[in-house]
Amino acid sequence: MANHPRPLNLSALLLSAVLAALVLGTALALALRADQFSLRAAEWAALRFTLHQAALSALLSSLLAIPLARALARRHFWGRGAIVTLLGAPFLLPIVVAVIGILAVYGRTGIVTQALSALHLPTPSIFGMQGVVLTNVFFNLPLCTRILLNGWQAIPSERFRLAQTLNLPTSARFRHLEWPMLRQTLPGAWVVVFLLCLTSFVVSLTFGGGPKATTLELAIYQALRFDFDLGRAALLACLQFTICALSVTLAARFVPLAGFGIGQDRALPSDRTSGLLLTLDTVIITLAVAFLMVPLIMVLQAGVAGFTSLPITLWQAAVRSTGMALTSALLAVSGALTLALAVAAHARAAALIEAAAMLPLAASGLVLGTGIFLILRPFTSPEALALPVTVLVNAAIALPITFRLLLPEARSLHADYARLAATLNLQGTAKLRWLTLPRLARPLGLGGGIAAAQSMGDLGVIALFAGDDTATLPLMISRLAGAYRMTEAAAASVLLVAISFSLFALFDRGGRYVAP
Amino acid sequence: MLRLENLILSHPGFSLTADFSVEPGQRIAIIGPSGAGKSSLLMAIAGFVTPASGCISWAGRDLGPLAPSQRPVSILFQDQNLFPHLTLAQNLGLALSPRLRLDPAQRQQVEQVLTRLGLDDLGARRPGELSGGQQGRAALGRVLLQNRPILLLDEPFAALGPALKNDLLDLVRDLTASSQTLTLLVSHDPADAKRFAQSTVLLADGQAVAPVDTQSLFANPPAALQRYLGT
Repeated sequence: MANHPRPLNLSALLLSAVLAALVLGTALALALRADQFSLRAAEWAALRFTLHQAALSALLSSLLAIPLARALARRHFWGRGAIVTLLGAPFLLPIVVAVIGILAVYGRTGIVTQALSALHLPTPSIFGMQGVVLTNVFFNLPLCTRILLNGWQAIPSERFRLAQTLNLPTSARFRHLEWPMLRQTLPGAWVVVFLLCLTSFVVSLTFGGGPKATTLELAIYQALRFDFDLGRAALLACLQFTICALSVTLAARFVPLAGFGIGQDRALPSDRTSGLLLTLDTVIITLAVAFLMVPLIMVLQAGVAGFTSLPITLWQAAVRSTGMALTSALLAVSGALTLALAVAAHARAAALIEAAAMLPLAASGLVLGTGIFLILRPFTSPEALALPVTVLVNAAIALPITFRLLLPEARSLHADYARLAATLNLQGTAKLRWLTLPRLARPLGLGGGIAAAQSMGDLGVIALFAGDDTATLPLMISRLAGAYRMTEAAAASVLLVAISFSLFALFDRGGRYVAP
Repeated sequence: MLRLENLILSHPGFSLTADFSVEPGQRIAIIGPSGAGKSSLLMAIAGFVTPASGCISWAGRDLGPLAPSQRPVSILFQDQNLFPHLTLAQNLGLALSPRLRLDPAQRQQVEQVLTRLGLDDLGARRPGELSGGQQGRAALGRVLLQNRPILLLDEPFAALGPALKNDLLDLVRDLTASSQTLTLLVSHDPADAKRFAQSTVLLADGQAVAPVDTQSLFANPPAALQRYLGT
């Protein structure tokens, strides 16, 4: 109905201003600090490699997801639900852990490499483009599969039944039912993965390097940590910011950024096809599960052995990381809630508030970190502020996802109960206590869980700032792996995974428990 | 006295004018075709819709600057009259204290209303565990506890079916009889008006016609009402 007064939500406006200052302010600081704007060969190479690895990873992930999603969509079997759940796990898995697993399988002493050399076959190196793309596919194949699986499940089952009654051959079924769906969903899946791979700092830190395989983020890190060339770091960060911002704008046209493939799980009406197709699907699913599981099993197996001998410094880092993850999850959730409630209530400047909530997507953690590094350096040593800056940046990066999860629920909360609350004079903390928190407990829990797990496993900003006594658990793991102390790295990885998944489960279950 | 003075409600593709007043203690039906603005009129009185011009006043006091909760009004919406995650006792308690900090006297008040509505042992249940009729009565309990001089009913029982709806309307009539509550009932069903309301406001052609005695209105329907009734 028209003529509603549009409330003025000061806290949401203030928070939007803070986000804008954080993202755009750091971008401005970077642009001012960059001392030259002509790109030299090395910067061009980093830009090219960043785009190239992201495009290739996105292409492979989305193409390989087609047969896997198709097999999962049309088969019913025991354990199918578990596999679909497993496909959601990489979203929570710390990248540094996956990297250790990939090394254990495909690295110089990994099982695949050893098997190949036992058969006197050539053993390609994991380092360079192939390692970066392989790890990116490991992370994003599951995501693409879930996006496509949702697409398959969105095809009305009546159409599949119609195809069955008409006895359409598989090729015709693909052309009329599945291809139109793929044509709609594939570009979106590609764009999402492309975006995620633009900021895969840890992957390039481990597998990249050298003139041919350095991403922009890795180049920023090297410029800051090793060369201490601030002008160059600022220039690279400007480049990174620009391509991220452009890609996010592009992505927003293709995909609803909500959910990231966290969706329902219904199987299609079962297909009574030939034994050949059944065998093919079985092989595809088995290969995919092996591809995703074996690296994790390798970490787990190596890690459990060394678990009891973990040095005390790792436990200290674990406690530090957990505290940081909880703080940034709390910040992200309360920030996202403030903004989502304001947008849902059609507050004044709602469009601006919504834009501010999505703004951190345009900046990667490393870019924000570099900007803050440059701003703070004249006043204090970066190491002194390593932990608060990391918490703040992780909260900002997690905010858009939580906001997207909350917004639809906040909208229906407003539509359903705003009037009743107004007649009862329910407002302020009483409204929060009796209406908002209970009704939104589920998305709050899920968003908080994702934010906590991602912050727990994050290795980006901290790598720029940390000294020896402010290291987080992921950073310690990365340092151990860099020193080839793989047993300790694996043991610490097990600890990290256990904490990340527990934090997620704690928030998510907590939300569901409180929810009506 | 509730007075609508040169009131104009409008939004794109819709406009409604009203200029009449009604006395306390009356039961008034508001009928008219869908889209005529029955609900909008109620929402304007409740404070959810800002009039384009004109004034709504109660006992000589302009309601315009007052927030919904400050108005002398309680309202039953078409749906969502109870919070589904709270128990009946909590839902009713909110009418007395938005922070749900009830003193013993208020607690007893809630119990009494539950008993009066035949919901004695259901205070600890959530709305979803009750039948539609019980939910309707619980919502009624909420407005009884709010105890405001004007009660607005926006077809709250329409989804319950005719028999239950009639029961609940009779209950509203009985409960408000002693308290001099002015009750405005929006309905698209002329039978509701005949059963419940002493006088009726007809909405037609962008105008809310001043209330007329219900019996004589239906006995001698004007052209607009004939069109609406299809007679």
